Amino acid sequence: MPDQQHIAWFDRHDPATEPVLGGKNTSLGILTMAGLPVPPGFAITAAAYREAFRDSGIDGTLAAMMADLDPENGVVLTRVAAEARATIVDAGLPSWLTDQVDGAYAVLSERTGQDEVPVAVRSSATCEDQPDASFAGEHDTYLWVRSAAEVQAHVLRCWASLYTDRAIAYRRQMAYAEDTAAMSVGIQQMVLPRASGVAFTLNPRNGDRSQIAIDASWGLGEAVVSGSVTPDNYLVDKVIGQITERTISSKGIEHVLVGDRVVEVEVDEARRDVPCLSDAEICAVAVLARRAERHYGCPQDVEWAIDPLLPEGENVVLLQSRPETVWSRKKMAPHASSADTFTSIVHNLLHPSGTQSVHLH
Amino acid sequence: MADRFPSPFEMATPTGAEGWEELYGYSTVFSEDRRELEDSMFWFMDGVHTPEVVPPWDATVLDYAITYLSAYTTRHYVIPPALGVDIRYLNGYMYLSPVPVADPEEIGARVPEFAERAGFYFANWPRLYDDWMVKIKGVIAELEAVHFEALPHREDMAVLTEGRGIGSGQLMLIEYDKLVHLTSKLWAHHFEFLNLGYAAYLDFFGFCKQVWPSIPDLAIAKMVAGIEVDLFRPDEELKKLAQLAVDLGIGDRISSDAAATLTAMDADDDGKKWVSAWETAHDPWFNFSSGSGFYHSDRVWADYPDIPMNFIESYVAALGRGENLERPKAAVEAERDRIVAEYSELIDDDETRATFEGKLGLARTVFPYVENHNFYVEHWGMSQVWGKMRQLGQVLTDAGFFGQADDIFLLRRHEVPEAIFDYFHGWAVGVPSRGPQYWGREIPRREAILNALRTFSPPPALGVPPEVITEPFTVMLWGVTSDSVKAWLGGDDVPEGQLNGFAASPGVAEGPARVILSADGIADLQPGEILVAPLTAPSWAPVFGKIGATVTDVGGMMSHAAIVCREYGLPAVTGTAYGTKNIKTGQRIRVDGNTGTVTVLD
Repeated sequence: MPDQQHIAWFDRHDPATEPVLGGKNTSLGILTMAGLPVPPGFAITAAAYREAFRDSGIDGTLAAMMADLDPENGVVLTRVAAEARATIVDAGLPSWLTDQVDGAYAVLSERTGQDEVPVAVRSSATCEDQPDASFAGEHDTYLWVRSAAEVQAHVLRCWASLYTDRAIAYRRQMAYAEDTAAMSVGIQQMVLPRASGVAFTLNPRNGDRSQIAIDASWGLGEAVVSGSVTPDNYLVDKVIGQITERTISSKGIEHVLVGDRVVEVEVDEARRDVPCLSDAEICAVAVLARRAERHYGCPQDVEWAIDPLLPEGENVVLLQSRPETVWSRKKMAPHASSADTFTSIVHNLLHPSGTQSVHLH
Repeated sequence: MADRFPSPFEMATPTGAEGWEELYGYSTVFSEDRRELEDSMFWFMDGVHTPEVVPPWDATVLDYAITYLSAYTTRHYVIPPALGVDIRYLNGYMYLSPVPVADPEEIGARVPEFAERAGFYFANWPRLYDDWMVKIKGVIAELEAVHFEALPHREDMAVLTEGRGIGSGQLMLIEYDKLVHLTSKLWAHHFEFLNLGYAAYLDFFGFCKQVWPSIPDLAIAKMVAGIEVDLFRPDEELKKLAQLAVDLGIGDRISSDAAATLTAMDADDDGKKWVSAWETAHDPWFNFSSGSGFYHSDRVWADYPDIPMNFIESYVAALGRGENLERPKAAVEAERDRIVAEYSELIDDDETRATFEGKLGLARTVFPYVENHNFYVEHWGMSQVWGKMRQLGQVLTDAGFFGQADDIFLLRRHEVPEAIFDYFHGWAVGVPSRGPQYWGREIPRREAILNALRTFSPPPALGVPPEVITEPFTVMLWGVTSDSVKAWLGGDDVPEGQLNGFAASPGVAEGPARVILSADGIADLQPGEILVAPLTAPSWAPVFGKIGATVTDVGGMMSHAAIVCREYGLPAVTGTAYGTKNIKTGQRIRVDGNTGTVTVLD
C-alpha cells in the first residue's frame, strides 16, 4: 500500500502517497516529476510517523494531552506543548525506521557524490499548504544537516515541531482536528545559494495574473522568507518576459554557512546596494515559477535559489511551490461593464488616462 | 507655485524679429480682436510635431492638418467631449488649444450622434480602409504628376494646332493651386480614420490595463501589431540591401558616402546588381523623412542618399558581427499568436475572455491604419509636397526671384501665386518682373526675422490651464496631462540639475549626453552616449542600437522613443519639457527610467 510506505523519493513520486507526504513534500515530488530543477531528496512519510507513535504508544499520550487543552491559556499551552515535544523526543525513532532513513541518506550521499551530503531537513505537516491555509513557517526547518545520526536527530525535532505552542494554537484556530495532523519530513540535498528568494506568479499588490513578482536577496532564502531583510523586488511579465519593474533595496543581512553552521551575517558594503540577480537570472526565475504555475494550473508561491555550483543558464533551482493563498480566494471580477466597445470608447474619451497617450503621426 | 502660464500678450518680440506676425495667417496669430477669449484659453507648444520655428509656407501644412483634425472631431464624427484644436503662432512657434465641450449635458446629447457617425466607420472599417488606400494613393499619384518648369520662350506649336487656348503662365498658376489642394486633401485623408483608430486601440489598451494592471505597453502593442507594416518597410529595405551586399561579398564597398559607394559599386556586375536593387527600393520607400514630415527642411532619403547609406553601412557591420537582421514572418506571427493565447489563458471567466477577443479584434482591424497612414501622408505624400514646392522654387530662382529654391518657403501660401503672377506677367508682356528686386529685399529680411525668432525660448504653455486636463486629444495625442502641466508650472519643487518626465522605459543608465535637435545630428552620436532630443522619429531606429538611454522633451508612454527604448531595453524618460534646453552635450547625466527622473551629474 503506497500510503503505508515509509520512505518516498521525490523522483519516484506516486500520487497515491500524497496523503502521507504533507504539502511541501508532495510539491517537491510533483515538481521533480514535472522535470523542474529540484535538488534531489526523499520524504519520510506521515505513515512512518503514525506507525512509530503507535509502536511506542505515545499516540494515546499525546491525544490525552491535547484533549482538554485550552489554547487560550498561554501558560498551560506552553507547559503542555513542551511536555508533548519531550514525549516525542524521548520516545526516539524506532529501529525499523532508522535503518530505512540511514539507507536512504546513504543513497542520496552516493547519488550526489559526497560522503555525507549536507541536507536540509524540513517539516511537511499533512495539514500544511492547504489552499485555504498556508501554515507558513509554523513548523521547523533545519539547514546544513550532515551525517546519518544528525539526520535522525533532526527528523525527531521536526516531528516534535508539530507540538510547538504556535502550531497547536494555529491548528485550533483553523479548526483542524488533532488526529488529522501528522508530520512528514523532507530530506533534501542542501544548496548554498549565492542569492535566493521567493516568487509569486501574480502581482501581490493588485492580483495581476500576468505578472511574476520576485523577491531576491543574498545568501539563503531564510532572510527573505522571515522578512528580516528588505529584498530586491522585480516584476516580470509572464508572457513576453519583460522585466516591468525593479526596485533595488539595501540588503543589510544574509544567511550564509560559516564553518558548519548557517548564521546571519552583515552583507559587506560593496554588495549591499547592488542587484543580487542578473537580468538573465531574473528571467530564469520567472520562467521556472511560470512552469510551476502551469503545471499546477493555479497561481503559485515558489521558493528558489541560485546554486553557484551549477553552470550559468541552469543554476536556478526550485525549493518549494505552493498555491498562492491570498488572491486565489478572490474571484477575478468579470469586466462586463466594458464589454460594449462603443460604450467604453465613449467612456475612455470622457475619462482619458495619462498613460494612454499616443504619438500623433 | 504659479497657477497660470504667461499670457500670450506678455510675450516680447525678440529683437530683430519685429513684424514676424505678417509671416503667418491673420487668423492664426494672437490679436487684440479676440484678446479676451485668447487670454482665457490654455495653449501648449506642440513640441511633438513642431519643436522649431515654423517657416511661413510650412505653416500651410500645419494649418490644414489642424483644421482637418478639428473638422473631423467637431463636424464629421461629433466626438462627445471635444470640439476642435485651435492654433496660433507666437514668435514663430506653434501653440495649440484643444477646445473641450464644457457642458456635460451637451456632451451627453452628442453621444447618439457620435454613435451613428463613428459607428458607421467602425462597422464598415475594412471596406472604408480599402477605399482610403485607393484615395490616398490617388492623391499621391496626382502630387507626383505635379510639375513646374520655366515658362517657354514660345508656346509650343501644339497649343495652337490643338486650339488649347490657355498657355503656360496660367497652367503654372493652376498647377500651384492643385498642389495646395492636394496638400489639403492629404491631411483630410490623414484624419479620416486617425482619431477613431486611436480610440479603438485605446479601448483595447485600457481594457488590458484593467484586467492586468501591470501589463507592459509593449505586450499590448505586440498583440495588436501588424506583421507587415508599410511604415517599417523603408527600414526593412535597408536591411535587405545590407544583406544583399554581404551575400554578394561587396559589403566593404558601402560607406556613409553614397556617391562614393555607388561609384565603387559600378566596378563590376555584382556591384551593378546591387545598385539596381538600391534604385528599385527608392520608389516608394525612399520617400521617407528623417524628421516629423512637418518641415520642408526635413531630409528625405531620396534627396539625401547619405542618410540611408549610413544606415546600410551600420547594418552591414551588424551582419559582420553575426547578427541576424531578418524578421521571419511565420515566426513573428507565431509569437504574436502565442502572446495572445497566453494572456487569454490568464482570464478566468468566459465573459471577460469574449470581451478581450472582441476588443482585440477591433483593435487589429483599426491598427493597420494607425500604423500605416504615417508612411503615406507624412513620408511619401509630404516628401512629394516639399519636392514639388522646391521645383517651383527652382523655377523662380532661375528667373532671378530667389537666391535658392528653398527661399520659396519664406513666402506665405497666398504670396506664391502673386510671385507666379509677377513672373507670368513679365514673361507675357516681355518686360522684367519686379520679383528679383522685391524678393531680393524681402527674402533676407524674412530670414533675419526667422533667425531672430530662433533665439526665442518658447514657454511650454501659455494662459490659464484647466484644473484637470480632461480633453481627450490633449492627453491621447499630445501626452499633455494634469501632471505635466503641474511640472511645467514648477509645482514639483524639482531640485536644480534635475528634470522630471514620464518613466517611459525602465532601467538606470549614466553617460555623457548628446543633445540632438534634428535628424541631421544623429550621425554625431557615439556609442554609449545618452540621446537627448526634442523627440525621436521612426527613421532614427538605427541609433537605438548604440546609445545608453534616451531623454525627450515631449511625448508620453506611447511615444516613439518610449516604445523603441522598451523594445531595446534602454532606460527612457520622455516629456521632460526642458531636456534639450537644460542639458548640454558632454555633460554626464543619469537617466532613471523607473522613476522618470534625469539628473545632471557634472
